[in-house]
Amino acid sequence: MSYIKGLFCKECGREYPAEPLNVCDFCFGPLEVTYDYDAISKVISREKIAHGPHTLWRYHDLLPADVDNAVDINAGFTPLIKAKNLAKSLGLDELYIKNDSVNPSFSFKDRVVAIASTKALEFGFDTLACASTGNLAGSVAAHAARAGMRAFVFIPSDLERGKILGAAVYGSNLIAVDGSYDDVNRLCSELSDNYNWAFVNINMRPYYAEGSKTLGFEVAEQLGWKAPDNCIVPGASGSLFTKIWKGLNEFSSIGLIDSVSTRMFLGQAQGCSPIVTAFDGNDFAIRPVKPNTIAKSLAIGNPADGYYALKVLEETKGSAYAVPEEDVVQGIKDLAEMEGIFTEPAGGVVVATLKHLAKTGQIKPGETTVAFITGNGYKTQEVIEDVARPILIKPTFAAFEEAVSVRP
Amino acid sequence: MPKRRTRFTFPTGLITQPVIFDLGRTFQLITNIRRADVREDMGWVILELEGEEDEIQRGLDWVTSLGVRVDPVDGDVVEH
Repeated sequence: MSYIKGLFCKECGREYPAEPLNVCDFCFGPLEVTYDYDAISKVISREKIAHGPHTLWRYHDLLPADVDNAVDINAGFTPLIKAKNLAKSLGLDELYIKNDSVNPSFSFKDRVVAIASTKALEFGFDTLACASTGNLAGSVAAHAARAGMRAFVFIPSDLERGKILGAAVYGSNLIAVDGSYDDVNRLCSELSDNYNWAFVNINMRPYYAEGSKTLGFEVAEQLGWKAPDNCIVPGASGSLFTKIWKGLNEFSSIGLIDSVSTRMFLGQAQGCSPIVTAFDGNDFAIRPVKPNTIAKSLAIGNPADGYYALKVLEETKGSAYAVPEEDVVQGIKDLAEMEGIFTEPAGGVVVATLKHLAKTGQIKPGETTVAFITGNGYKTQEVIEDVARPILIKPTFAAFEEAVSVRP
Repeated sequence: MPKRRTRFTFPTGLITQPVIFDLGRTFQLITNIRRADVREDMGWVILELEGEEDEIQRGLDWVTSLGVRVDPVDGDVVEH
């Protein structure tokens, strides 16, 4: 069973029943899930969680969908790896990589879509939909396949073919819209008003977003039931950032971990950094931008949760950093060469932010720091094509020795 | 009558202009403001437009042509 109580508006506080809604009718503010924490406190324990499945559903008491009917492709409970080599290079001691690039469809989106698709079935929807150019599309299509639902994925018509294979392979309906990203945005908002479909990040958004909390839960559990001192998170809509913070605080509020004093750090690429710009300007008003960045998975020019991410930055005394575009690829290479993890540009942003924070003394050697790697590099190989330069030789011993100058 | 929930973001040069008043006067649209934050250098307004679909679109195209950024209230929904 789920302990969800309903929804409330994050702006005006009005309450709503748990229905497929995402915006307050009164002030058009975003809606958030509320739970019966008293009831949860009575049934949840470290032992119960530890004996749960090795997926995000081990935290089902704190999720808004019913585990008994879960759409489960084994999302979550990904490795937390102690990054000794990267730590050494930065003068840190306790550095961990939360490697969410090894989810079933190779990104953290499996967490949010697992919840959205399960809730969509509960509501009686037969169609799962999204607008995406990559990670979200693949995850929606995979979950729809598992659930026996139809999937509609909307993409800009000029998207490279390689980007859509990850959704097409699961048998989804791909709709290529002859227009800009803004046109696709507007069309999908209109469609969600007029079709009885579960748009995972529109009418299902309050439930969908809750899936990201499980990253906070897992990190706390994997660290031995404690919150880290520092979290470094990539920023797109800002939702992931706020939900990791929410997850840590929920664990604390129901007594699973001690009080949380984690500092939250957010990284964006310079070519799309509206949250960092507002943070640097000591302002809570997000100015939308036209994205122009190598980090496509973070290219949200008008971040729905940007304001709330800024509030978390303020509350935790964290900071935000805009990574120069040329440093993103170096971040990818650093993580691959030092820790054997191949990430997409969003992970390069995180590693570059980590380096900046260590260099400027914002994170310190004795502190426990977790860097969140949210997507897999095999999906975005084009950004690092320059590393693939094999040495061509004739098939002789002499040619090999001459080419690589190897001497015993 | 169709309704559209939308967010206008105003650049500095349009802060003092009566854009929403003109929108309602020039087009057959009812404008209904729900939240707003207007400062010296920028401003945003979340509002609902009510009117025929074609008229809503014409109104939004006109507002956009002035330099106002128009977004759905949900923020960007194209994720990557």
